[in-house]
Amino acid sequence: MIVMINGAAHEVADGTTVGQAVRALTAATTGVAVAVNDEVVTRSAWETTTLSDSDRVEVLTAVQGG
Amino acid sequence: MDELIIAGEKFSSRLIMGTGGAPSLDVLDQALAASGTELTTVAMRRLDPAARGSVLDVLRRRGIKVLPNTAGCFTAGDAVLTARLAREALGTNWVKLEVIADERTLLPDPIETFDAAERLVADGFVVLPYIGDDPALARRLEQAGCAAVMPLGAPIGSGLGIRNPHSIELIVEAASVPVILDAGIGTASDAALAMELGCDAVLLATAVTRARRPELMAAAMKAAVAAGRMARQAGRIPRRRYAEASSPTTP
Repeated sequence: MIVMINGAAHEVADGTTVGQAVRALTAATTGVAVAVNDEVVTRSAWETTTLSDSDRVEVLTAVQGG
Repeated sequence: MDELIIAGEKFSSRLIMGTGGAPSLDVLDQALAASGTELTTVAMRRLDPAARGSVLDVLRRRGIKVLPNTAGCFTAGDAVLTARLAREALGTNWVKLEVIADERTLLPDPIETFDAAERLVADGFVVLPYIGDDPALARRLEQAGCAAVMPLGAPIGSGLGIRNPHSIELIVEAASVPVILDAGIGTASDAALAMELGCDAVLLATAVTRARRPELMAAAMKAAVAAGRMARQAGRIPRRRYAEASSPTTP
């Protein structure tokens, strides 16, 4: 199936979790937050939340600003 | 101790720094140290796997509290989601709420800002909204449960100073939450003026990070905020139309 991770299409296996999607980008586990289809997925739910085809995954962190 | 208190939390510095615009994390680090700030904004963006070093490391090393903002959001819905992501990523329920109306002016959208503020307060956030210099909106946001109000002096990054001091004074007069002058500061005298007008704190970034010597400007801002605060507390003399001799008039 195809999921969008930070705006880029990724081919991933069925049953891929949010945690696996995050690790495709970064090894960091702190200072990072995830939304799937505009809903926050808390860190404690990363490994138990599986993605579906066409899901939009946003992985955010803090940058300089404001 | 003349402390700034926001939502029950005490700060001995009344200068809140932003981190935007610094040419490097090293320059930012030096400027933050020189400013004496204890509260500093960051933005939330898509994680860049190629990025090296993090602004969060700098803040952690300096023991500075992080204040995530919702910069770049155009709607209340975007801002609420960004605030929730920031809470998840950074472990803070504080948010500088910023919902802008358009890219050209970056002026805050009052309708979307108020909508987002109500939703975030209901969700347990400590909300510090960035607003125009509008006394009526400031009052409404305070009534809605915001922990502070942050009126602009002038558009973000413009360095135009405080364009409407009278409105800032009206906001200060009516507010019982801290008033933080945000945006538009160009140089030290602007920051001093904000404090002389009765603001409780000043938030600035560009004026320091894009100065020729950021560290030196950060020190200047620290001194200006302190001087403005003291002058406010000391009480300025009334303005007079004509001279009043300060020496005895007869020899």
